[in-house]
Amino acid sequence: MSADHHHHDHDHNHGHHHDNRYTDMQARVRALETVLTEKGLIDPAAIDAIVETYETKIGPRNGAHVVAKAWSDPDFSGWLKRDATAAIASLGYAGRQGEHMRAVFNTPDTHNLVVCTLCSCYPWSVLGLPPVWYKAPAYRSRAVIDPRGVLAEFGLTLPETKKIRVWDSTAELRYLVIPERPEGTEGMSEDELAKLVSRDAMIGTAIARAESGKKRP
Amino acid sequence: MNGPHDLGGQMGFGLVSPEKDEPYFHAEWEKRALGLTLSCGAFGAWSIDESRHARENVPPADYLAASYYEIWTRALEVLLERHGFATRAEIDAGHKQIEPAKPKRILTADMVPGVLAGGGPCDRPVETEPLFQPGDKVRTKNFNPATHTRLPRYARARTGVVEEVQGSYVFPDDNAHGKGENPQWVYTVVFDGGEIWGEGADPTLTVSIDAWESYLEHV
Repeated sequence: MSADHHHHDHDHNHGHHHDNRYTDMQARVRALETVLTEKGLIDPAAIDAIVETYETKIGPRNGAHVVAKAWSDPDFSGWLKRDATAAIASLGYAGRQGEHMRAVFNTPDTHNLVVCTLCSCYPWSVLGLPPVWYKAPAYRSRAVIDPRGVLAEFGLTLPETKKIRVWDSTAELRYLVIPERPEGTEGMSEDELAKLVSRDAMIGTAIARAESGKKRP
Repeated sequence: MNGPHDLGGQMGFGLVSPEKDEPYFHAEWEKRALGLTLSCGAFGAWSIDESRHARENVPPADYLAASYYEIWTRALEVLLERHGFATRAEIDAGHKQIEPAKPKRILTADMVPGVLAGGGPCDRPVETEPLFQPGDKVRTKNFNPATHTRLPRYARARTGVVEEVQGSYVFPDDNAHGKGENPQWVYTVVFDGGEIWGEGADPTLTVSIDAWESYLEHV
């Protein structure tokens, strides 16, 4: 779903007001940056630093480390249940959109799925920036009413008897799903375990698998 | 407000289409839009609640057709104009025309690590005891404010159970409109799928929201 495609549809299908300011986002955003830079209100190098942070430093590997530690260390797992913000901060992950963390544990009975139906709330400190689908209407509209249908689109079919708990992030709590540890991973190190934990498994649109974690997003 | 953003339970948007090996950004302008939004947030002129409300006010047809970074950009322009930092005419022209308002803070590159690591905690102490306890049966408010709220339409006038008292936080319904932070207790409230969706609901489904105290009443 490219942004250009949407703008094309918008301009030609909706006659309410012909708003061509947004047909070229590259130009629009460049103009905005130029105006604010000329006014001395922003530092373009700060934008570079923000982008670099989220491209290279803050991403789902942070969350995978948290999960692997929880799988390996019962004390840490208990701390994560009681005070996720502090437990996660002890590994060095804190800050913007991770100020108030909650960890929700999948069990043999219950699968957890996280959504923000009202906007795009997401635990940036442990998962980085959200993927496009997480912010798009299809996921936000259906996760709360048809989670099994949504999961099927991710290739995940849960047993019919498994309970599904959907967490709608309507306040400032940010949720990290702790998937179940896959069988056959006894004796693996934390680093090896972390490789089995995908971003989607920590949102709840996947589970952790012993064999194919590396290929998954 | 009953805006285009309140999407829970709406239909017709098609399949979720996850992208394999999705990049963090799909165009250069998305990087700048992210950085601009965070840089301008650092001015200290508006709250996250006011910025969310500005995004909700993007006209529905535009909101649903836009990528999320476009929604952010449209809202940012509204906020910049509202608070005296840049006018639509300036952005259309691509150059400064008037002197801006003075921000509380200008984000420079050296400040970025500290600002991102610090974030913006919004827990605040309150002097009252929580009205509800885990296990309490509660009913959510039925209302349709034209202003900002974080109680989604699908969860209004529904009966659920308090699972946890999550602490006390800034109340966005007030804070988005400059009426003060007025913190309240926040509770995780769990609803059976059938209570929300009625006939045909998935019997294995429960949905929770995080609800400010004034959204709730005892049943």
